[in-house]
Amino acid sequence: MSDPGAGSRRDPAVFPPYLYEGYRATILRAPSKRFVEIPETPSEVTGPGPALSEVMAEDADLTRNAGTEGEAMGERIIVTGRVLDANGDPVPHTLIDIWQANSAGRYRHRRDQHHAPLDPNFLGMGRCLTDEDGAYRLLTIRPGAYPWPNHENAWRPAHIHFSLFGPRFTTRLVTQMYFPGDPLHDLDPIFNSVPTDAARARLVAEYAHDVTEPLWALGYRFDFVLAGRHGTPFEDGDHA
Amino acid sequence: MTSRLPTPSQTVGPFFHDCFLREPMDVLVTDQTPGERIRVEGRVYDGAGEPIDDAAIEIWQADDAGRYRHPADLMTSATDDGFLGFGRSATDETGAYWFETIKPGRVGRNPEDAQSPHLSLHVFARGLLDSLVTRLYFGDEDNSLDAVLKRVPEGRRSTVIATPSERDGRRVYVFDIVLQGDNETVFFCTR
Repeated sequence: MSDPGAGSRRDPAVFPPYLYEGYRATILRAPSKRFVEIPETPSEVTGPGPALSEVMAEDADLTRNAGTEGEAMGERIIVTGRVLDANGDPVPHTLIDIWQANSAGRYRHRRDQHHAPLDPNFLGMGRCLTDEDGAYRLLTIRPGAYPWPNHENAWRPAHIHFSLFGPRFTTRLVTQMYFPGDPLHDLDPIFNSVPTDAARARLVAEYAHDVTEPLWALGYRFDFVLAGRHGTPFEDGDHA
Repeated sequence: MTSRLPTPSQTVGPFFHDCFLREPMDVLVTDQTPGERIRVEGRVYDGAGEPIDDAAIEIWQADDAGRYRHPADLMTSATDDGFLGFGRSATDETGAYWFETIKPGRVGRNPEDAQSPHLSLHVFARGLLDSLVTRLYFGDEDNSLDAVLKRVPEGRRSTVIATPSERDGRRVYVFDIVLQGDNETVFFCTR
């Protein structure tokens, strides 16, 4: 088979292509053959999301969830928003996991070799569920930018990794949230792998002064829209 | 106002392990889970044939009666066998992942749309800007009538069929995932 490169498996106007040469790790990892399009069967319209609900309240506070009694160093921030489906309806009680570097730009991970201090009071991971209206709220610290070996003098802009399940197997989403006004955005191939300005803007949180709490923490709003059709399951004749 | 534009994906990167593996999720079964115990294992490879040591695999599957634990599964019966059907495994330094689970039942109510037993997979890795979606079918099942498998070009079907073997009296299915190249695994889209 000599099919052209596989592009993206979802809307190519929104989702990055698998092969994006500026991000070097894609070169040997992007599929080269065409995707096989399949109907949405019960395996696709179901998914683990609705059954994954084990969170504790303290999981939503990354500044204090290290179990040390101490508080993480850095600029305290509130990240809040809503998770919506493609129809604009809220996705209630869905799990959100996040992980991130500390305020110095260092992950607590054995493969992170960045010469920056670890923070004993910061694990860099947390989770929460959306409420009835699809809303979530996390307290953390603003992560630092950090260098990476992709190209000469390459730096990742500050970002928080997000993992969401949504209602179906096909609504699974892993992405990154960026901060507004960061001059590193234009230089980052991972951010720029997203094909359009409008789609990239979906990955940049909005500074929200109404979320900011006086004398306490800066507020950012970051909403999600989970891709995928959301018709009544099994209504089509071609599956079920 | 929130735009209706979907949120794009980004790579999982190399530092997901603590978050993704904060509780072990590679064993899907307990002693009480009904069904045939199986082990699924394999390695993930890149386009140069090198093992990928920073991938994560998620599986989603029906129980042994072919039911998904999900409100949209109309076949869900009153009896609850406690089986979630979701697992996650990160590859080790040799690119290997594994799951202990049960073989799922056939999904689908009618003979014409019945699907052969299968697992649905998301593959995540540094260098993957979105997860890849594939399926694992079982080499010792009759897969000839499966509607999804029929859409796969015949010459590539073997890439989504796991090879059965026995080890210590137990069924083991080997399923390698090749992201790129001649033996590239078939990946699906549902656009």
